[in-house]
Amino acid sequence: MTERRAGTMRTKIQEAAAVAQAVQKPAAKFFGVGNAGVSLLEAINREEFAGAGFVAVNTDAASLAGSTVALKIHLETKLLRGLGTGGDPERGHALAEEQFATLKAACEGSDVIFVIVGLGGGAGSGITPVLARAAKETGALVLAFVTLPFVCEGNRRQQQAQQSLEQLKSVADGVICLPCQKTFKLMDENTGVLDTFRITGELLVEGVRGVWRLLTRPGLIQIHFDDLCALVRDRHAESVFATVEASGPARSREVVEKLLNHQLLDEGRALAESDAVLVSLAGGKDLTMAEVDRVMEQISRHCERAQVIMGAAVDEAMKSRLAVTVIASRRNPDAKFQAPGGAPESLERADASASRNPERRLAAATHGDNTSQPAFTMAQREQVLARHASGRARKASAKLRQAQLPLAIISKGRFDKSEPTIHKGEDLDIPTYIRRGVALN
Amino acid sequence: MFDDPSIIVGLEIGTSKVCAVIGELGADGALNIIGLGQARSRGVRKGEVADTTQAEEDVRNAIVEAEQMADVEIRNVYLGVTGGHIRGFNNRGVHPVVSADREISGDDVQDVIKNAKAINLPAENSVVHAVRQHFFVDGQDGVTNPVGMLGSRLEVDMHVVHGNRNRLQNAIRLVKGLQLEVDEIVFNGLASSLALLTSEQKELGALVIDIGGGTTNYAVYAGGVIRHTGVLAVGGDHVSNDLAYGLKVPLSRAEKLKLEHGSALLDEKIKGQTITITNELGLPLKTVNVEHLQRIMSLRLEEIFQLVAQDLEQAGLTDYLRAGAFLCGGGARVPQVAKLAEQVLQMPVSLGQTNSVSGLKSALDQPEFVTAIGLVKFGSLKTRKREGKTSLARGLKGVFGKFLQRP
Repeated sequence: MTERRAGTMRTKIQEAAAVAQAVQKPAAKFFGVGNAGVSLLEAINREEFAGAGFVAVNTDAASLAGSTVALKIHLETKLLRGLGTGGDPERGHALAEEQFATLKAACEGSDVIFVIVGLGGGAGSGITPVLARAAKETGALVLAFVTLPFVCEGNRRQQQAQQSLEQLKSVADGVICLPCQKTFKLMDENTGVLDTFRITGELLVEGVRGVWRLLTRPGLIQIHFDDLCALVRDRHAESVFATVEASGPARSREVVEKLLNHQLLDEGRALAESDAVLVSLAGGKDLTMAEVDRVMEQISRHCERAQVIMGAAVDEAMKSRLAVTVIASRRNPDAKFQAPGGAPESLERADASASRNPERRLAAATHGDNTSQPAFTMAQREQVLARHASGRARKASAKLRQAQLPLAIISKGRFDKSEPTIHKGEDLDIPTYIRRGVALN
Repeated sequence: MFDDPSIIVGLEIGTSKVCAVIGELGADGALNIIGLGQARSRGVRKGEVADTTQAEEDVRNAIVEAEQMADVEIRNVYLGVTGGHIRGFNNRGVHPVVSADREISGDDVQDVIKNAKAINLPAENSVVHAVRQHFFVDGQDGVTNPVGMLGSRLEVDMHVVHGNRNRLQNAIRLVKGLQLEVDEIVFNGLASSLALLTSEQKELGALVIDIGGGTTNYAVYAGGVIRHTGVLAVGGDHVSNDLAYGLKVPLSRAEKLKLEHGSALLDEKIKGQTITITNELGLPLKTVNVEHLQRIMSLRLEEIFQLVAQDLEQAGLTDYLRAGAFLCGGGARVPQVAKLAEQVLQMPVSLGQTNSVSGLKSALDQPEFVTAIGLVKFGSLKTRKREGKTSLARGLKGVFGKFLQRP
């Protein structure tokens, strides 16, 4: 009798859980763009992410052929002769503009769109900003996970990646960045080339997994989809992330230590500078509230000025391990200068002018001898953008450049050569007013 | 006159100045300051020697000046040390009382202190001070002398100050290179608190913050014993550097502006006020906004106090400081600094006054000399203790022994 009642109770609870999950679980789609994006998407297209849609977007037919995802979008015109963009984002950009409607249709019907891309190449850097804009127009939350190229890949790719990142930041809700160069420090010297790329990919996938877990796994403390929206929507922020794992009795202390020494978080400095921090904890069934509390207390102490949202999830597969994913985002310094929609508009105009005559531009790009063409420098690109846009857009781009000033290295004057005074990730030798962002005028 | 045990010298090799203070211990135990020498320091950054040659010269100048003023020859000094590598923490030692009648003997006390001193320090660190706090007998708190008491378990709390051995040795070697003996090294924060606090204040609970040129040292007393010490490698130099950076003036000019127009809190009157900087010919070079100057300065000083307050909170000492906080060091000269500290620390703050020392009025009133005077005071306490221990016979032996040792 009691057993039966218990049985019915359980089914009811399960039903309720199912209903709740159906309500809470947002429809998500993963887009892999460019060669790197498509192959990273392969790594994500697993059981763990069941329930999400997958779309591969590329200009290179060979790469798409190797992909196992259901929906593939091949951006192609005759002019490219199926050879890809040849590392020129202008072509990728023009192609994406041409097929804007297709991209938008693919984005339709999801609440959150993850764009996974390796910036620096032609397809990834060119298509992604357009795709993000298309996704944004459907009303979805757009989170981009991007890798920036290794320094050894050359200056040009760096510049392309940077430019694309700037554009992406102004359209996507959040951009989570993984500079490959920093991952070097996480590996030992003898790591092979293939392994290096694999590890970098895995790192990015880890970040995706952290956010995914946050949204879908039954939580001790659940982060609702709207929390995430409220945190990232229209922030146009650049974020860094780190995932660490530990097991054993001291695991809560260990994860915090690992986090604070993490290369990707600049040894904890990124936390101190961030203004929004998202923490996702995942542990086995033995995850205790006290552990969650301990980790959170330590983390929030290091980012006093930030808005912190956290979620803790139980995943049986974790067993006795504890994994913490931290995404720290710093508000885009340009965002507050620009009138709402200022930068996207300027981009749109530039895009529009490009899309008006995509054929011509493409033709010029394809027929012109690529090698003899001097590589565009950053400034030249901005000039091109500004020329296409109206006066207002020019103003915006001028401000854009000005707002980058704080990124310049601050001279520490007389303490330049002495041992730096680091206190909880802050360099105390840098004037206080600069670290606190107090304006003098 | 040589090796007169009543002459005690404190030497502080600071970031902004080197300072030697000579004290004379009277027969009645009263300490009298009879000499003071100082020199601008050029070879020190953040409290630690960065240029040995220059620092050596500065130390020599300060010592010579003090010697001339007091008309004594300096052989031994108590040397003040500081730097970002110095840490303080509390450690507890435990010792079971094994004697049949459970009476605690002097040996038990020695043993428990030895246990408390056995601490796991990083291999490159060494202990600067190990100061006894209170004894516990069977968990009973607040015992100051347990000898003769009955109990089965004796514990003692120690406050241990330690630092990087090589970096401590740098200062010691420098002094030894000048043919001076170092009696003992003393943490500057401890020395300052010795000079400023009365035993009543130590009992009530007090915080001493010494804002020096390169470092800020602080020490907390509560219940009559030292409870906490700390160093922040941030000081007046940082204020000058911030000003030089923020106002875009040379460092020497920033230093001057800081002294002439600085304030820890923003003055209402100065809004929009500017200062014109002129070159040596009297031609105007640049105008500086006083409001900016004071804001940069105020933010830096505020941060220093905030960091100290955070540290104290972490140590759980904020509620024990009933006598309030006392400021010293060059930073205490900044106008309104006590008011700012009051706002941040949420407790009464006043500028420290050296007490229980007499002598040169000019030295006693200056906040910069507090540490050096504290070093002398530390020396006097040590000497007194030593004298108390020596019986007549041992004393004589000691005198002859010393006599024979000297070539």
